[in-house]
Amino acid sequence: MPFALSDELERELERIRARYPNAMAACIPTLHLCQDANHGWVSDEVIQFVATRLGLSPAHVKGVVTFYSLFNEERPGKHQVWVCRTLSCALRGSGSLLEHCEKKLGIRSGETTKDGKITLRTAECLASCGSGPVMQVDKTYHEGLTPARVDEILDRLLAD
Amino acid sequence: MIKRTEYLSKNYGKPEGWSLATYEAGGGYKSAKKALGMSREAVVEEMKKAHIRGRGGAGFDAGTKWSFMPKESKKPHYLVVNADEGEPGTFKDRTIMEQNPHALVEGCVIGCRGIGANAAYIFVRDELHLAKARLWGAIEEARAKGYLGARPFGVDYPVEVYVHTGAGAYICGEETALLNSLEGRRGEPRLKPPFPAQVGAFGCPTTVNNVETIAIAPTVFELGGDAFSQLSELHPLNDGGVRLFGVSGHVERPGIYECAVGLTLRELIYELGGGILGGRELLAVIPGGSSCPVHRADEIVSLPKDDRFAPWQGKSLLDLPLGVDTFRSAGSMLGTCCAIVLSDAVDPVLATHNLIKFYKHESCGQCTPCREGCGWIERILDKVVHGTATLDELDQITEIASNITGNTICAFGDGAAQPMLSFVSKFRPAFEDYVRTGGKSQTRTLEA
Ligand SMILES: Cc1cc2nc3c(=O)[nH]c(=O)nc-3n(C[C@H](O)[C@H](O)[C@H](O)COP(=O)(O)O)c2cc1C
Ligand code: FES
Repeated sequence: MPFALSDELERELERIRARYPNAMAACIPTLHLCQDANHGWVSDEVIQFVATRLGLSPAHVKGVVTFYSLFNEERPGKHQVWVCRTLSCALRGSGSLLEHCEKKLGIRSGETTKDGKITLRTAECLASCGSGPVMQVDKTYHEGLTPARVDEILDRLLAD
Repeated sequence: MIKRTEYLSKNYGKPEGWSLATYEAGGGYKSAKKALGMSREAVVEEMKKAHIRGRGGAGFDAGTKWSFMPKESKKPHYLVVNADEGEPGTFKDRTIMEQNPHALVEGCVIGCRGIGANAAYIFVRDELHLAKARLWGAIEEARAKGYLGARPFGVDYPVEVYVHTGAGAYICGEETALLNSLEGRRGEPRLKPPFPAQVGAFGCPTTVNNVETIAIAPTVFELGGDAFSQLSELHPLNDGGVRLFGVSGHVERPGIYECAVGLTLRELIYELGGGILGGRELLAVIPGGSSCPVHRADEIVSLPKDDRFAPWQGKSLLDLPLGVDTFRSAGSMLGTCCAIVLSDAVDPVLATHNLIKFYKHESCGQCTPCREGCGWIERILDKVVHGTATLDELDQITEIASNITGNTICAFGDGAAQPMLSFVSKFRPAFEDYVRTGGKSQTRTLEA
């Protein structure tokens, strides 16, 4: 089925487009808008939609999508969890934290729980190095984490 | 010397500290109004007097960079604010955007005036959703008051500020990759020349500045450039004013501390940072983001023979003031001024292994030495950690890293090579132990 945006999101697309001197510059913000409206991933239909809307070739849009790590080429779980693995967080225990998450969820980093609730991944430095270990859950940061706090967060996501 | 200041951080942590009401209660937006009443040249001159060394890592003088913008041109000019903050260990710009967004918006007005632009794009990495929301909120508040738009403060000099979002790629912090990304392309760095001041965003003259560089501009116009510069102990070295110092890793109180330039690592780690976590000893410190060389706790500085450096000659590196030229002259790099502290609980081999995974993941793949080199070093370090590497392979790390340095389009390659070269040479015995014992020498981890 071709991808489409709601009227409200169409207006948002217009607002995005108006910020730039040309349509190509709207490519990345538009992809975010569409990804959010498409269960968190960029399908071929989304690529076609963005290309048509902005007057770009689908090849250009695909090239952009594959370059950036935050565009998903497959549908992720309902919630996305990223554990920062980079040095400052590692010094504060992100290695054990990731293991804890993997064990609790029964999956490895990069995988999605069977019920489709959570996709677990590692992130590179999230600019929160002074409050590690850090985890991003969808669009929210959780900082200075302990295993107990992580359990609370994951339990809430699993119950959602 | 520790001289705490609060120009950027006074409202950090306060309820509604990010609102326009709070910002204006502290005198906010007076500087933008002042700058809009000045000529473009006068704005640049004031900025030059402040001796702000770019806070994004390269330390280039901000006023001088503004002066590179063409005087006359048919094309529009752009100010692009680098808010991609992705350098491991660096978390200062985020505090400004989340807790003092109006300083950045006001700085954009001043910056636009200084470079002859009518639009500023703030390029924020996608993950920083709160920062983006706070910035948009600040822009709306400022616009509603008539501080942005067609006639800011009633002056016939239109200024628009936009927030642009990235999509997850450390390389987009490199200014020309950032411009490609802003234009809706893959974030691959461009060859220079042409420099952004000639051909930047959308083919137009552009200045790219770090968040903190721009956010401190209102303070410059509040105090005057000279007075601002003289707050710094390194004013004689043209490294002026105040900046945000960060410390993370194994200290008791990691965080961001605003101080006059002149602070030392010892003060940052032991006084502001509260000392080494758990009462342990300092093993090593990376002064300003992971792309800087690592330093052992016992290093002595050797500086060029120059009277200005005499006070620190032969002293401990920990007592060298954190400045762009002091650190460069000592064979190091100040980078983003956010230090990563490793206690003696840390295995330096594992720290090196952690870092190469970052660089391997983030290399954009455009240049062969960087793309292949990071992968080769990663494979060797995998073997080291698993106890299957040879001594020859340790030498290869150094050889590969040396061949990346200077052979790539952008400075990412150098940034990846620096930590590799310095960790392997400064902690050679630890690497050799892994080889000799088949990895059984590993008794320590990364966690304190
Ligand atoms: C790989 C790489 C990543 C960078 N990341 C950032 C960044 O996240 N933020 C930043 O301000 N500068 C970053 N820089 C430096 C920019 O290229 C540029 O020098 C800086 O934004 C200029 O601003 P300034 O003069 O105000 O410091 C990076 C450079 C490289 C080579
Ligand atoms: S290292 Fe984890 S946020 Fe920077």
